[in-house]
Amino acid sequence: MSIKGSLHSVETFGTLDGPGIRYVLFLQGCALRCLYCHNPDTWKMGAGKEVDSQEVVKEILTYKNFIRKGGVTLSGGEPLLQPEFALDVIQSCREHGIHTAVDTAGSVSLLRSAPVLDAADLILLDIKSLKDSQCISLTGKSNSNTLATLDYCEQIGKPVWLRHVLVPGWTLEMSQLKELAEFLKPYQCIEKVELLPFHKMGEYKWKALKLQYQLGDITEPTEEELIQVKKLFAEAGLPVVLPESSVLHSA
Amino acid sequence: MSFKTGNWNKEVDTRGFIAANYTPYDGDKSFLASPTEKTKLLWEKTLELLKEERDRNGVYDIDENTISTITSHKPGYIDKELEEIVGFQTDEPLKRAVMPFGGINLVHEQLAVYGRKLPETHNDGVFDAYTDEMKRARHCAIITGLPDGYGRGRIIGDYRRIPLYGTTFLTEKKKNAKASYVFDVIDETVIRQREELSEQIRSLQELTDMAASYGYDISRPAKDTKEAIQWLYFGYLAAIKEQNGAAMSLGRVSTFLDIYAEEDLKSGKYTEAEIQELVDHFIIKLRLVRFLRTPAYNELFSGDPVWVTEAIAGMCEDGRHMVTKMSYRFLHTLTNLGPAPEPNLTVLWSQRLPENFKNYCAEMSIATSSIQYESDDIMRPKFGDDYGIACCVSPMRIGKQMQFFGARANLGKALLYAINGGKDERYGIQVAPEFAPVTSEYLDYEEVQRKFDAMLGWLAKLYINTLNVIHYMHDKYAYERVEMALHDEEVLRTMAGGIAGLSVVADSLSAIKHAKVKAIRNEEGLAVDFEIEGDYPKFGNNDASVDQIAMDVVKSFRTKLGAHPTYRGAQHAMSVLTITSNVVYGKKTGATPDGRPAGEPFAPGANPMHGRDTNGCIASMKSVAKLPFDYSEDGISYTFSVVPGALGKEADQKSENLVSLLDGYFADKGHHINVNVLNKEVLLDAMDHPENYPQLTIRVSGYAVNFIKLSREQQLDVLHRTFHDKM
Repeated sequence: MSIKGSLHSVETFGTLDGPGIRYVLFLQGCALRCLYCHNPDTWKMGAGKEVDSQEVVKEILTYKNFIRKGGVTLSGGEPLLQPEFALDVIQSCREHGIHTAVDTAGSVSLLRSAPVLDAADLILLDIKSLKDSQCISLTGKSNSNTLATLDYCEQIGKPVWLRHVLVPGWTLEMSQLKELAEFLKPYQCIEKVELLPFHKMGEYKWKALKLQYQLGDITEPTEEELIQVKKLFAEAGLPVVLPESSVLHSA
Repeated sequence: MSFKTGNWNKEVDTRGFIAANYTPYDGDKSFLASPTEKTKLLWEKTLELLKEERDRNGVYDIDENTISTITSHKPGYIDKELEEIVGFQTDEPLKRAVMPFGGINLVHEQLAVYGRKLPETHNDGVFDAYTDEMKRARHCAIITGLPDGYGRGRIIGDYRRIPLYGTTFLTEKKKNAKASYVFDVIDETVIRQREELSEQIRSLQELTDMAASYGYDISRPAKDTKEAIQWLYFGYLAAIKEQNGAAMSLGRVSTFLDIYAEEDLKSGKYTEAEIQELVDHFIIKLRLVRFLRTPAYNELFSGDPVWVTEAIAGMCEDGRHMVTKMSYRFLHTLTNLGPAPEPNLTVLWSQRLPENFKNYCAEMSIATSSIQYESDDIMRPKFGDDYGIACCVSPMRIGKQMQFFGARANLGKALLYAINGGKDERYGIQVAPEFAPVTSEYLDYEEVQRKFDAMLGWLAKLYINTLNVIHYMHDKYAYERVEMALHDEEVLRTMAGGIAGLSVVADSLSAIKHAKVKAIRNEEGLAVDFEIEGDYPKFGNNDASVDQIAMDVVKSFRTKLGAHPTYRGAQHAMSVLTITSNVVYGKKTGATPDGRPAGEPFAPGANPMHGRDTNGCIASMKSVAKLPFDYSEDGISYTFSVVPGALGKEADQKSENLVSLLDGYFADKGHHINVNVLNKEVLLDAMDHPENYPQLTIRVSGYAVNFIKLSREQQLDVLHRTFHDKM
């Protein structure tokens, strides 16, 4: 089969979106408008480069020596907005023994996304906020599809790496985070909780797109705050991960 | 010591000794020992000396009164009581000696002050024989970095022969060889060989005398680990006392030394801590090798490099890996003594190395940025399992092969000569013969390609002839007698040419082919700038349409070099390597059709141009890995810099991912890779506050340097290079 997709870009050395080295496909188009999005250039539907799923897989296979212990990650944008394309890439990769992951906010209805969730090896699911009102003001959409996606993964026993962005003044709030930890606790499908500290490295892209960046005044979380949050999730018995701070050892 | 016997007992056969006696180690790093109190004290004193050296503008002291030979200086020490391994080039650590025979103008100037003159040297000889065309090509820097004003280096003595056999046995062998080297016709070849053998025999005596001045008798084989290291180091020391070579590699000594260490551990003679102490002290000595060099030399090869290159690990031809505890101990000096550019630690990578060792290497790379990696899997079939690396990337069988170092031809400039009919774009003078220039406003791919090919033909001939002059004179005036005494009598010689500006040429040709390139000409009609309309595929993105161009250029130039006879029948070889000279070559080259402005640095070695590899570092590596090693057997250098956060989220993941990256690159037939794991911010801070970063080490094109010893220009070049930092 061969299905057209809209691709924003690729990263051949992805190490942050799933286990091992990942060939990451950033698909074009997203329905969310997250205030902290660092890739707003992936929002517009259909604005990417038109590609053919089998051509994409052929290219991926040339990287087999590198991704043997890693795999392919479909990210975006929102990859589940192109479910047929995503499904074909995933199925073909799996036929070649390549591990597949989908990096999603779960904002798409299960009616469309379920076949992709079924097919992939791992789901990286980003819960923006457990509070629906906050989720709407942060992303423009309700969290109902996201939570349904998590339930579906639990139901079919699909491994999930749960992700959550810590934004000071928004989601970096202890009682709220405690609630989230309690909520996640019963899910057997969650292999890992990855906490992502808010950063402003994408701000320049907003400017380039002539968009108003609203979080310019927010400072990035402190080391102490992050340690505290990590502790909170760990105490709830969740396998929590924070990216190591980038200290240089050789000086 | 109870070694397994074999052919090595009858003939000089270090490789045979190693294969019969070494013990592969599959375990992890947990056996490694911390520095002893003695080591800590000694290293502290060493750091003080190094600080003093920096404070004295990089040169601690010069002994301008003594021409350096193997026995010219009295023994020198940092602190005799503390040093387990002894020996310096002069009577004091870091004091630089005068070694005139490689030819250094600086020496002339210095000696002129004292009203003295030197006898004829290598570089006098070279300039006597150079043709006008050679001088013009050198002046305009289309052929550049040539070892005509400094020692050629790149010759690796098999220093292991000294501990294994002692100098008496080695001398006997050489004497026998000389006695039998008699023919009916005693022609130039025979005369030269007989003279060289005599020189070698003399040098072994001087080496023995020098060791005796430190109180050691190296005429007999070494009896334990300490003696093995000391004997071996004396051999190396003799070489660096006499030769100010551009690169003075150590070879492949760690697994050899491990055989002694295993015996001593078994018999209880030494503990692990004592063996590590010997290794640490040996490495301290290697970190203190110094040569007197000119500012022009430093412009080419910045940061005071010596290339004390040591090849570690690799596979044995019998299928066992060659990782030993000593492989770990050598890398462990980066922990015990902190990171350092020397010795140039080079891991010979194979897919089949034990995972424990691979992970340890990755950890050490992440912590220190002090290691380079080369593919044993592509070198072993050609060079066997006892080759070392000369300088940065050049493999050669130890004790059996040497090279005539040839620096490099500037292919970026050759492309401009093709467009400008052989005239230099900066000087306006005719350097190549008057080929018909390209006269159209927009460059036509077929035409440029055809003319470029013809220009490379001219360049290859001139280049080989120039190297022939240089190496004839080097053999005549600055023969490496002690290094060659530690070689077999019959050696394989290579004539090692090189190219600079490969990615500039590939991108330029791609731009001409896939976009529209307009030439901007000056009053004399020379194309001095270019305007590009439209986009074009760039080298470093795993895009076949341009990668193929780069591959073709490599094949084409190497094939052209092969058409010209070489001095002493040397085999042709070629490298894609610039060391740090990519900066100075760029400076001397006008604007190129890829959009690179005049004077801007080239990318180092085989690297894609800065910032043009946009699909992530693996795409970049894949482009480089396509360059055919069969056509550049002298090495293909690639420098990879990554910020720590881009390797993964947790420490374990980072080293695992780095291992996967190396496994992938080498499975794809990549030859060499430098790994830097650094934050740009740290480098920026080090530029402003060098005093806070005395040991900050980074890898550039095939060797490591102390970042704070680079010129500001070179520091900026490092910063502009692609840092892979997708987060």
